[in-house]
Amino acid sequence: LRKTNALLSDLLIAALLAALVVDAGCNRGTRRGSAASSASSEIPGWVKSGDTRVFEAADLWKYVDGDAERYLKFGVQRVQTADYKFQNKIEATVDIYTMANAEGARKLFESEPAGDAKRAQLGDAARIYSQSLVFCMGPYLVRMVAFQESAEVSQVLLELGRSIEQGLRK
Amino acid sequence: LKQCATQAAVLCAATKLPLLGAVEQGTSAGKSKVVIAADPQLRGSAATVDSNRILSLLDRAMQSLYGLDHPGEPWKKLVRPGEKVGIKVNALGGRGLSTNVALVEAICERLQEAGVKANDIVIWDRDSEELEHVGFRTAWSGTRVQCFGTDRVGFEEELARYGSVGSRLSKILTRNCDVLINVPVLKDHDGAGVTIALKNMYGVIHNPNKYHPQGCDPYIADVNMLPEIRQKMRLTICDATTACYEGGPAFKPEYSWRNNALVVSQDPVALDYTGWQIIERKRAEKGFKTLEADKRMPRYIATAADAQHRLGTNDPRRIALVEV
Repeated sequence: LRKTNALLSDLLIAALLAALVVDAGCNRGTRRGSAASSASSEIPGWVKSGDTRVFEAADLWKYVDGDAERYLKFGVQRVQTADYKFQNKIEATVDIYTMANAEGARKLFESEPAGDAKRAQLGDAARIYSQSLVFCMGPYLVRMVAFQESAEVSQVLLELGRSIEQGLRK
Repeated sequence: LKQCATQAAVLCAATKLPLLGAVEQGTSAGKSKVVIAADPQLRGSAATVDSNRILSLLDRAMQSLYGLDHPGEPWKKLVRPGEKVGIKVNALGGRGLSTNVALVEAICERLQEAGVKANDIVIWDRDSEELEHVGFRTAWSGTRVQCFGTDRVGFEEELARYGSVGSRLSKILTRNCDVLINVPVLKDHDGAGVTIALKNMYGVIHNPNKYHPQGCDPYIADVNMLPEIRQKMRLTICDATTACYEGGPAFKPEYSWRNNALVVSQDPVALDYTGWQIIERKRAEKGFKTLEADKRMPRYIATAADAQHRLGTNDPRRIALVEV
C-alpha cells in the first residue's frame, strides 16, 4: 500500500473522491473545495466514511488478492478506493481503476459476465445490478458496490455514478 | 493410504496431527466427515445474521461433526485449557464477503466455555485495518480476546519451505498459536477456481502474490504442507452464510447469495471438495459454465490429496457428507 500524490490523474481522482463527500466534510467541519461544491449539489445525501486508499499495480494483490492478475492483464496502473454512506441507510465502496489506456478499461469491462445486469447510460459502457454498478470511461473502470438491499439502492448508485462520470470528464 | 481403517488415523499418522483434535471421522470407516449445517431463518427479516441463531447453527454443526449431544462437548475434544488458539479468519473480501463477526464471537464463546482463557484466543488475518474494516474490534493486550493482523507483529525472518514454496510465516501463527482453527469463506476465485479452507492459508505467508500462477497449483497444497500450518491445524469452520459463485474473491453482490450455512470438517481437502461442489451447483443454477469449462477447475484440491501431500481426501466415496 502506498499513498501517492505524484501523478496528476491521481490528484484528479482523489479530488473527485473527496468531492463526493462534502456533506461529510460539512458535518465534520472540514473545508470544501470548488469541485466538492459542484459535486455536492449533484449528489446530496452521500458522505464519505473512510480514507481514500491507493494501491499501485505492484501492490494491487494487497487489495484484491487472487483477482489482481486479471486487472494486471488488462494494464491496470492503480486503484483508488473509498467508502461512502447515503443518508445513513446505504453503505457503498467506490473503486476507480486507472488503466494504461481506454482499450484496457473496455476489455476489462467486457471480460466480466453480464449476468442479469441492466444497461445504464453511463460512461462508455455500464452495467447496473440491484446492489452494484460498473462502468468504463476512457482509461477508467469504476466499480461501486453497496452493502444493503433496498429498492432505492440501484437508483442512488446511479446518481453517484453520474457524478463520478462528470468528475472524470473534467 | 489404501484400505486404511479410518481416514482419521491415517491423517494423524501421516501428518502428525494431534490426536486430541481427531473426531470420529465419518459415519463409516475410512471416510472424512464433512457437515453442512443450514438455517434458512439465519437472518430473520434482517440482512445480517442473528447472533443467537448462528450460535445454535454452530452448535448443530459441531455436535454433528463430533457425534456429541451437548454444545460444549466438541470444544473440549478440540482444545485444552492453557492452549493458545488462533482463529484465522478471512477479511480479504472486504465487507460483504468476509468471515462473519457473529460467527467468530460464537466460536470464542464456546472456546471460553471449554476452559480457554479469553486472552489465549487470537482472531487474526494479515492486516489489522482489514479486520476493522469488516467489523472486528482489534485488541492486542489485556484480558479480552485478542484480535490483530500480522502487520502488527510481522513475519519470521527464516523461510519455511516445502516443494515449490518458500515463505516467511506470520509470527501470530508461530508464536501466538498452539492450535489453529481455520474460518474461511466459501468463494469463487478467479485464479484458483475456488477459495475455501486450503487457500485461506495464503493469509499466513508473506508472499502470496508469488503463488497465483497455474491456478495456484501446486502452491496451495505446498503452503498447507508447511509444518507450522499442518501441525497446528485442527478444524475448519467455513463461513458459507454468504457465498460467491462468480467474480471472486472480491465481493460482487451480483454473484453472491445468502446460503445461510456453515461447512465444518477436520479434513480441509474434503471440505474444499464439498465447497467446490456447492459452488458448481450454484453456477449451474445461474446458467454459468462449470469451472472446468471456464478453465478454472480447482486442480489444487486433487494435488492436496495426492500421495505426496496427503492433506485429506478429494474422493467423494471417502467423504461422509452430513447435512443437518
